[in-house]
Amino acid sequence: MTPLAQLLEAALFSAARPLTAEELCTLDPDATLADVRTALEQLREHYEFDQHGVEVVEIAGGYQILSRSQFAAAIERAQFSQRAARLTAAALETLAVIAYRQPVGRAEIEEIRGVSAGGVLRTLQERGLIEVVGRSEGMGRPLLYGTTPLFLELLALRDLADLPKAEELTIALQPHRPETEGEDDAAAYVPAES
Amino acid sequence: MSVREAPPPSLALGGDAGFVVRLDAFSGPLDLLLHLLREEQLEIADIPIARICDQFLLAIHELGLNQAADYLEMASRLVRLKAQLLLPRNLDDEGWEDPRAELVRRLLEYQQIREIAIGMGRAADRRAERFARGYLPPAPELPPPPLTLDLLELLQAVERVIAAIPSPVLHRVVARPLDVEGAMRRVVWLLENRESIGWREALGDAPTIADVLSTLLALLELAKRGSVHLVQPAPFAPMVIARDPAGATT
Repeated sequence: MTPLAQLLEAALFSAARPLTAEELCTLDPDATLADVRTALEQLREHYEFDQHGVEVVEIAGGYQILSRSQFAAAIERAQFSQRAARLTAAALETLAVIAYRQPVGRAEIEEIRGVSAGGVLRTLQERGLIEVVGRSEGMGRPLLYGTTPLFLELLALRDLADLPKAEELTIALQPHRPETEGEDDAAAYVPAES
Repeated sequence: MSVREAPPPSLALGGDAGFVVRLDAFSGPLDLLLHLLREEQLEIADIPIARICDQFLLAIHELGLNQAADYLEMASRLVRLKAQLLLPRNLDDEGWEDPRAELVRRLLEYQQIREIAIGMGRAADRRAERFARGYLPPAPELPPPPLTLDLLELLQAVERVIAAIPSPVLHRVVARPLDVEGAMRRVVWLLENRESIGWREALGDAPTIADVLSTLLALLELAKRGSVHLVQPAPFAPMVIARDPAGATT
């Protein structure tokens, strides 16, 4: 490993959050961004080649050293570390709406989910996964929410573009296929019964 | 079609109080509606409103109203849709729109969000299996341990506190030095032989502050009783204490 790769390894090891390539660049005044990226790649390959228990992961726009998932159970059993608490279905749905529609107001979130969202929004804000990013121009100037870098960290995403594209989803939002004229409701619900 | 990770608990209806807990398995009325459609293996795009409406109402029947506000709103929508579909429409109208279209759109949209949410949940689970350096779950705040100390420690602590005070103020309680009764007797005795006396005579020789105050209070007390008459001939002139004429007669 080059001295730069060693330096980057030490920095990533000591940081408690992902560090961007730009941040890592400040470690060595002589290193260019390209040097840093090359060294990071070298470090990653080194971990892969030697079958290390940790790996360099691109996450939330930066780089982070994470333990490999196959050791999670053993580490947790020994109580050396602990998995982050899982989010509830309501929290995940709300996050999904915000991630895809941001900046988005509470009314739209509630419209899509069909339930009031005040409590969930507060919880997500307290966990630092969403933040207020502005105010709508609409009536009452409601708050608009967006996701935070911590959201990307939580899902191990490089950036928001890492989320699946809406058109790649198995259930795409399709326009409603028109009914044949004159079909009455009785015809619609009887046949399924058999 | 099914996007749920695990099959949701089936809706055993007509049941006990445990139903509310089971309904918590759904994250909202749209979720419940999707679940009902899946159970019946029905197409979202062609919802049999009447049947789904009845099932939906049955499902929320056991709920307390305050918890079910969101569900009730959906129920009222469904009932309205049912009524709309039952009413005869103008069939010649080319632009007739299925009243269910809005609900279908919302269901599809919600289903998409559900799918995304489940995918995000899986991503979060995968991430949670990889630990970062220096991650520490926040330590719970422990209550302070119960205080244990013996008398000696307590006294030593008190001494340390007292020693730390720059100049300890100790209040000395002394007996009241004023002798109003004695001063009254003295004034009355002086006035037995004379019509009036001066203020200085009443005080006696070399009076202390306590004597002055005692005499003053005695004079005021005697004047109140009507035994003496206090006169000050001019401003700042010495007070003249005279036997009260009225008091003298009695």
